[in-house]
Amino acid sequence: MARRTAIAALLFAAPAFVMYATFVLVPLGMSVFYSLQRWDGIGKMRFVGLNNYLIVLTDADLLQVIGNAFLLVLWFTLIPVLMGLAVAAAIREHLGGPFGTATRTILFLPQVIPLVAAGIAWSWMFANSGVVNQALRGVGLESWARGWLGDFTFALPAVGIIGAWVLLGLCTMLLVTGITKIDPSLYEAARLDGAGPWDEFIYITLPGLRQELGVCVTVTVIAALASFDIVYIATGGGPGIQTTVPGLEIYRLAFAHRQVGLASALAIFLMVLVLVCVLPIQWLTRVRR
Amino acid sequence: MKNLTLDAAMARFLIVVLMGLTLLPFLSMFSAALAPSGTYPPGLAWPSDPQWGNFVRAFEVAKMDQLLWSSALIVLGTVPLSVLFATMAGYGLAKFDKGRGRWIYLVFVLGLTLPFEAVITPLYYEIRAMGLLNTRFAIILPLIGLYMPFGVYWMRTHFVNTPKELSEAAQIDGASEWKQFWLVQVPLARPAIMSLAILQFLWTWNQFLLPVVLVQDPLQRTMAGALGAFQGQWGTDIPLLCAGALLILAPTIAIFLIFQRQFVAALLQGAVKG
Repeated sequence: MARRTAIAALLFAAPAFVMYATFVLVPLGMSVFYSLQRWDGIGKMRFVGLNNYLIVLTDADLLQVIGNAFLLVLWFTLIPVLMGLAVAAAIREHLGGPFGTATRTILFLPQVIPLVAAGIAWSWMFANSGVVNQALRGVGLESWARGWLGDFTFALPAVGIIGAWVLLGLCTMLLVTGITKIDPSLYEAARLDGAGPWDEFIYITLPGLRQELGVCVTVTVIAALASFDIVYIATGGGPGIQTTVPGLEIYRLAFAHRQVGLASALAIFLMVLVLVCVLPIQWLTRVRR
Repeated sequence: MKNLTLDAAMARFLIVVLMGLTLLPFLSMFSAALAPSGTYPPGLAWPSDPQWGNFVRAFEVAKMDQLLWSSALIVLGTVPLSVLFATMAGYGLAKFDKGRGRWIYLVFVLGLTLPFEAVITPLYYEIRAMGLLNTRFAIILPLIGLYMPFGVYWMRTHFVNTPKELSEAAQIDGASEWKQFWLVQVPLARPAIMSLAILQFLWTWNQFLLPVVLVQDPLQRTMAGALGAFQGQWGTDIPLLCAGALLILAPTIAIFLIFQRQFVAALLQGAVKG
């Protein structure tokens, strides 16, 4: 490439790079620096080496908080992907006409509204007098009715259901769109060879949807591991720390408990965790050309 | 039209169930919003005496007019600049399809999976040092930076796939890079730019973490941030909270319904490429 073109290209990238460096790269560097200090945000910093990371990896409460994020992955990822697959495998055709438009519009609503609103709506659904308990009482399961988000056993699954509700439509539409791209002659050939519906699903549908499945899993895993809005609104992390997730704990440690060093170590840990979880998914589901 | 097979009928039934589940929380909020303020209404029931006045009161209490204005200012401060910078960088970096210049692009891409929580603490101290705490710039400026990985990735993907002959032809005509960018490349990139703008509009309008940490006054926040404050203040008055939440949602849903096709396309593409 000519030297002049290269300089022009760099100039075009300059404004983006300046903003990115100022508000992402520099803070990231500061996070790494803080994570090696003991600091209350006001007084003097004290260098403590990797001590904060050691606390993240050994403190019982913090380990539970990280575990909560992984439990949320099960809800945020499995429900939308499995239900989406079920619908896509059954429908296997392009959703056209008014029914298709209605489907797309309604199923995308949770993607359009702020997560905060989803949190408020579902806090109300799960409340003592909310729809969930109303339905349970309606079918005679009176004894099951409870304040779901305040219950030590059921609060985390309830938060998981909120996330599943938000991501369900996106995953379904991605998979329904993906399945129409699979060549129908594959299914005909399989049927001629005497394959049953289950074989078709395993040998044609799943491999054909590899890329879309990769997208669904990536998006939902990130949403679960880096969750903040829904938890902040629906439970505030409680009861106890039953629903506290790393994102919320970083916020608390840094701004309520004034443990900026520990908060930063957890922040860096979370960033690496997301990468470690997402890169293998990307690698496994990449379509080789 | 093909005959509906048993499978297809089942699938349609499943989809209708999914749509019902999706709408249920909205319906429940709506029915609660019409109950007398301060009462504990049942989860889903048409109230005997619908209190439409709750919406009026929520509008006044939440200062909806000022909230809309604030959110609009934040979107206008963020999205056009962010889209412009991303388009320019995408165009510039597409020229380095191999060789040394590629590492700059890789640095951008590294930020694609970055959770905002990972940088929020230092951002607080940085914004405070700049003297921007509690202003809308505390949301606008960091968001532009945080949007760069996706934006640059998105626009570069577009420019890598446009034929090289176009820019070569323009160069022979003697157009400068800058002129060529505006007169040839930007008009051709319009669909990609529109999708990016739609996605960033949504992300900005719904942004919650930044306003919660960086801006105390709900009237300087985004809609989502203001909704959080509204819940904190009126969380115990279910009918008023539901009315307020629905009001705050209304503009997004209205815009979504008008541009439904563009939104769905952008969200699907955005997920696939992201």
